[in-house]
Amino acid sequence: MSAEQEPDFVQPEHFAFDAESEQAIPGILAKYPPGRQASAVLPLLDLAQRQMQRTTGSAWIPTAAMNVVAERLAMPPVRVYEVATFYLMFNLRPIGKFHLQLCTTTPCWLRGSDEVVAACRKATGIAGWHETSADGLFTMTEVECLGGCVNAPILQVNDDFYEDMDGPATERLIEALRRGETPPPGSAIGRQGSAPLGGPLTLLDGKG
Amino acid sequence: MVKLTVDGIALEVPNGCSVLQAAELAGKEIPRFCYHERLSVAGNCRMCLVEVEKVPKPVASCAWPVAEGMVIKTDSPMVRNARRGVMEFLLINHPLDCPICDQGGECDLQDQSMGYGWGDSRYREPKRAVMEKDFGPLVKTVMTRCIHCTRCIRFLAEVGGAPELGATARGEDMEIGTYVQQALTSELSGNIIDLCPVGALTSKPYAFVARSWELTRTDSVDVLDAVGANIRVDARGPEVLRVLPRINDDVNEEWLADKSRFAIDGLKHKRLDRPWVRRDGKLVPASWDEAFAAIAARMKDLPGEKIGALAGDLACAESMLALKDLMSALGSHNLDCRQNGARLNAARRDFYLFNTTIAGIDRADAILLIGTNPRREAPILNARIRKRWLSGHVPVAAIGPAVDLTYAAEWLGVGPAVLTSLLSGEQSFAEKLEVAKQPMLILGQGALARPDGEAVLAAAWQLAQRFGMLHADWHGFNVLHTAAARVGALDLGFLPAPGAKGFWAMRAGAVDLLWLLGADEFEVARIPPTTFVVYQGHHGDRGAQRADVILPGSAYTEKNGTYVNTEGRAQRGRLAVYPPGEAREDWKILRAFSAVLGRPLPYDDLKTLREKLATTHPVFARVGALPAAGCTDQSGPGGDPAAMLPNPFTFPIANYYQTDSISRASPTMVRCTETYYPGLAMAAE
Repeated sequence: MSAEQEPDFVQPEHFAFDAESEQAIPGILAKYPPGRQASAVLPLLDLAQRQMQRTTGSAWIPTAAMNVVAERLAMPPVRVYEVATFYLMFNLRPIGKFHLQLCTTTPCWLRGSDEVVAACRKATGIAGWHETSADGLFTMTEVECLGGCVNAPILQVNDDFYEDMDGPATERLIEALRRGETPPPGSAIGRQGSAPLGGPLTLLDGKG
Repeated sequence: MVKLTVDGIALEVPNGCSVLQAAELAGKEIPRFCYHERLSVAGNCRMCLVEVEKVPKPVASCAWPVAEGMVIKTDSPMVRNARRGVMEFLLINHPLDCPICDQGGECDLQDQSMGYGWGDSRYREPKRAVMEKDFGPLVKTVMTRCIHCTRCIRFLAEVGGAPELGATARGEDMEIGTYVQQALTSELSGNIIDLCPVGALTSKPYAFVARSWELTRTDSVDVLDAVGANIRVDARGPEVLRVLPRINDDVNEEWLADKSRFAIDGLKHKRLDRPWVRRDGKLVPASWDEAFAAIAARMKDLPGEKIGALAGDLACAESMLALKDLMSALGSHNLDCRQNGARLNAARRDFYLFNTTIAGIDRADAILLIGTNPRREAPILNARIRKRWLSGHVPVAAIGPAVDLTYAAEWLGVGPAVLTSLLSGEQSFAEKLEVAKQPMLILGQGALARPDGEAVLAAAWQLAQRFGMLHADWHGFNVLHTAAARVGALDLGFLPAPGAKGFWAMRAGAVDLLWLLGADEFEVARIPPTTFVVYQGHHGDRGAQRADVILPGSAYTEKNGTYVNTEGRAQRGRLAVYPPGEAREDWKILRAFSAVLGRPLPYDDLKTLREKLATTHPVFARVGALPAAGCTDQSGPGGDPAAMLPNPFTFPIANYYQTDSISRASPTMVRCTETYYPGLAMAAE
């Protein structure tokens, strides 16, 4: 069921790319042939979202930012809205400082994503998907396959993958984030890359 | 040409044809929702699946190009099964609310479900619901019914040139809307109601008013702008309930502008349904005899030169001929139809016509707009310019205050000085006109309705000469009118004879009796009190307020009338409903009054009147058709371009939605004004 509700947040009236973003734009636009600048809509939306994260701490794209992107690329605003609403990586409402993106697709689910989800809820106090914790730090989103099935289950925090998660590891991670630390991303159980759990098993692993 | 077989019928079709078009050429009906021949191909509804031999799966025929030797089957078991499957999917989320749906009875989904569907569904889960969108005062939405054909999106992006609709989100969450909940700003937005194959987009003013099978349909023409769009008037009993476009590729294709479609509720408000006579300064109801007697009494002993007549913007040719004949019987040659004061030259027809023709725009290779904003003056014609601009990167330039025309026009300047610099070749756009083979210019009323209008007309003609717009098979000189009656009036010679009084003189009180035939579009209040004003018309608008005698006439849906559009194409409007109360057809009023004066006009029925019209003015003998375009005489209208003033052109229409007595009386148009021109709506209060 889909139903639009009155938004419970305020859309900023203005948005402008800041100096840091402006510096990146020419490089992005140069990747597309002349007259095909509209192709840059995805990178520019991403740029806007990152600028919001940098300046406000919440990685989302206000409508004003989409209008700025549309103007910059000389395309009708609604074409930008279509793209931005299609891709789930763009957040069109404010989110917490840490965006907890939980994969619950089959491989992660088989490897215990339910436990990771429960730990997230317990540690942050969030009840449902797309909700933000009372302290404004965390937002939980259920996502489809993140492409890290070998190291399932995966919890993506902003841009980083935390792999081989389980309940306690998740709670420890969230506590660390809350303290302002940035735990190193990657496997929670010390796996090297995507190698098998019991150590390398290939012909060239040095045994033979 | 490509040879192929459709259901065993061998035929040849043009290269680049789609399988769907080939099947239609073979006379096979292919069901479809998203495909529309005047829009780009989307291929997303899948209803047009057919079987093509050697292709393992059914193919979407609308998006599948033909190939040599192709064997197409449109009625095989595979095709029938595919259609039933698609239909079942389309109906998964479609509500079964046909009994309360305004589209019921003329719904593609209903019809095709009956024709090609399965008659049952295996879907037992809850259906999705979608919140209504607010598209403004004209288009009502019931988005739960939407099947995502995207015709409305494509129409506004391609034809309308105001891309405001889109498909947001994806999968089951996909919705059609503006995302920001704004009213559609296109003057052609009503057409998405016709395009919508289901009941998702319906007419807001017509909501829950009538069923399609209750309506009487009458083919007619629109008079709310000078394009002469072909329309179908749907009425029930005495009421006109809706107006829909009819297909005419030479005029409106299959589109209709919003004012023409939605202003019809103005036909029910502020109507004059009985004669009125002013006694002791107040208008009091009167009988026809009393009204005629009051006019006859005032006319008694008045010499012809003290009587005058002005024809309004909605008048039909029949009534104007009758008025002209009545005036000449009275010895008056004080006639005028140019209420906006346009300096039109009627010496030759091509001085005031849209000579290129509307369909001819498709062949122009450079377009210059002078003092015109066709988006407001003739939205359908503007859509043609946009279509041409889209199809071939045709350069378009415009002179006047810059506005959004829905295509990228190069704004050369605001005033007549640009014409001079184009003539001298200084202006850079002159080069583009120079290389163009079939350039055209469009001269708007904004350039002519000013003191130096004659000079502008002359300068424009010189431009046409200078840049090769005038040759035997191409006439690139065009005047765009805003009034449906204007060209007909000019054709009839509804103009002051040499030495007689014209519009300005009559308004200033040069005549003692002024007959207004639906003339409302000027400052009626400036007619001095000494002038006795007869107002013959259908709405209690500006003219009626000033009148000393009011004769109730009929609106365009209530009479058989001939109108000549801006191209010079005579077209017939037909009576769909009878005029209200004691109101009568306009020519009959004039014929009856002539009898009161003892000088009866020489026609007793419409047939004789039309015969007279056709014999005295041959243009009215060719209804619907246009003579071949082309310029045989290069000599221009009089006037000295050097007399052009420096002041900028202004566009004649400030508020698209209210330009005449009908649209000013329309509650729907009032709502549109409030939505789209909040500043003007405030000023009116």
